[in-house]
Amino acid sequence: MSDVDLPVDGPTGEGESAAPDATAQAGTRPALDEPARFVQGFERMVLIREFEHEIHRLFLKGEVHGTTHLSAGQEAVPVGVCMALEPSDYVAGTYRGHGHALAKGTPPEPLAAEMLGRATGVCGGRAGSMNVIDLEHGLVGCFGIVGGSIAAATGAALSAKRKGGVAVAFFGDGATNQGYFHECLNFSQVLRLPVVFVCENNFYGEFTPMHQVTAGAAISARGAAYGIPARVVDGNDLLAVEQAAAEAVAVARSGSGPSLLECQTYRHYGHSKSDPATYRPKGELESWLERDPLVVTRARLVEAGVTDERLDEAAERAKETMARAADAALAAPYPDPEREGASEFAP
Amino acid sequence: MSEPAQLEFRTAIRDALAEEIERDPDVVFFGEDVAAAGGVFKATPELHERFGEERVFDTPISELALAGAAFGAAVTGLRPVFEVMFGDFMALPMDSLVNQAAKFWYISNEQAPVPLVVRSAVGGGGRFGAIHSQFHATWFQGVPGLKIAAPSNPADAKGLLKAAIRDDNPVIFLEHKRLYSVKGPAPENGDVVPLGQANVVREGSDLTIVSIAKGVPDSLAAAEQLAADGIDSEVIDLRTLRPLDLETVLRSVEKTNRVMAVEEGPRLGGWAANLVGALAAEALHDLDDAWVVATGETPIPYSPPLEDRFIPTPDSIAAAARERASSRG
Repeated sequence: MSDVDLPVDGPTGEGESAAPDATAQAGTRPALDEPARFVQGFERMVLIREFEHEIHRLFLKGEVHGTTHLSAGQEAVPVGVCMALEPSDYVAGTYRGHGHALAKGTPPEPLAAEMLGRATGVCGGRAGSMNVIDLEHGLVGCFGIVGGSIAAATGAALSAKRKGGVAVAFFGDGATNQGYFHECLNFSQVLRLPVVFVCENNFYGEFTPMHQVTAGAAISARGAAYGIPARVVDGNDLLAVEQAAAEAVAVARSGSGPSLLECQTYRHYGHSKSDPATYRPKGELESWLERDPLVVTRARLVEAGVTDERLDEAAERAKETMARAADAALAAPYPDPEREGASEFAP
Repeated sequence: MSEPAQLEFRTAIRDALAEEIERDPDVVFFGEDVAAAGGVFKATPELHERFGEERVFDTPISELALAGAAFGAAVTGLRPVFEVMFGDFMALPMDSLVNQAAKFWYISNEQAPVPLVVRSAVGGGGRFGAIHSQFHATWFQGVPGLKIAAPSNPADAKGLLKAAIRDDNPVIFLEHKRLYSVKGPAPENGDVVPLGQANVVREGSDLTIVSIAKGVPDSLAAAEQLAADGIDSEVIDLRTLRPLDLETVLRSVEKTNRVMAVEEGPRLGGWAANLVGALAAEALHDLDDAWVVATGETPIPYSPPLEDRFIPTPDSIAAAARERASSRG
């Protein structure tokens, strides 16, 4: 046995099926002493869901180009983690990163405009869906190559160790088989860097089930090899994610080094715009939809005394915010190639 | 005959690092065996002792983590310098340097600079074999957003490294192994040598020889041989391969009408062939002749006679110029 604490709050991820585990309902639950924060979190989750649906619609209309990777179904992870962060803390996201940006504070209008290739995009239309960067809100970047976010956050933690703050890497289950994962877990633990590694385990690496290509019992167990505390978290429960993240962030701020959170979740769409996700076993999506993070989080908040009416109002606000953002982004101009004035180098 | 103050190339590297770490509290330096051991080529001794673990530290042998961490640190306020021991190992952190660091300034819409430097020992002649001897600059020359510097003498080693550390872009800094023990005049007042400016190291009227790093002293030695044959060579040290100072070469070619580019690497896909192509596109009217001296098109051999034949030398550079002169009149 390892001497590393591996509390299990949710499904274990073992076995051949990606079906949600009934044990996800068990385990310790955080006390809800600040309901307003969690209502805001719920609103942000709805905003991400609406954003992804809108991008899906705009892609089908030919307004979003190339490809895009939607995170609907995974909203509780970035929102819960970012609730545990300060605005000045850093996050690095993935090519499925719209939720990472929105959760860290990027407003939906410049983010949508970036997807549309417009001049008002958060990166002026230069980056696109997979590569969003928003340093003003602490988003070091979203990385188009699997695992890239892990190193970027490790580096941001190197800065944070000297200048204060914490860095978070979001990455998928597939990234845990990349060199980035293993090199950076070791590197950050050796240097005791203030970083939290957040694996969004959605049980598929592109089109391939995680269990087919991942040796060992569970992703969280890989933390023990590096002496890094790790835990499995119900990634569809905002309260569970926020609690686990708050504890890991506290460890990082105290100077005790990195933590690994395996947040188990599920993407409602396929891997990318070219993927109808026909590889999913019959009924798998349906069983996960019953544990939709918006449903689970709503139930948890109602259980804690928040009224349905208050949550309905929050959801309505998010929908209106997104509708306005999409309209504004669609009305924005494209960058003018004649006036781009790009410089290869920083002066 | 007494010389002015002499500086060894490896000491120039160490001094540049020390002065910049001293000057700017955001500069940190890390890599494999760079701190306690002082570097496998003894280029970084005493920095760890002088500046402490916070500023100068040893790392795991994890090139991808090193480069990725340097990138993440650079865009969040530090100015990291890290060492990838041999340039050949740069195949490992390629994603971080090419896809993250090099692209950030542009695709972020210029949100923040990426001030990082990666130093490596490069080049052949040391009997290190195919995978510890490459001059890997051309792997990176076609990547917008990266700068590539390779000094040819101790003064430039110090001045270019100081400029690289102060530069707000990712810089790949190449130190030729066969130059570490070379001594030369120390720079005056710790002069910074700007990136992107070639240096005319010998003036001449008949032929322009263009090279970089160890190719420069080799070309200077070749030029002395050629002078004995009545060929007056101008020698240009490019100093950086990206950005590339084409203007200085064009000015020289306008005068000499002949150019020979000397590269320690294969001809196909090399910087020298690229340079000759750019000269042809810009100044064909000035050119009577243009050619490349390069290595063979195989990996670098180990055995001394094979390696010695493989890499351009003063003799082979001079021979190429003589042959070209006689065949073209």
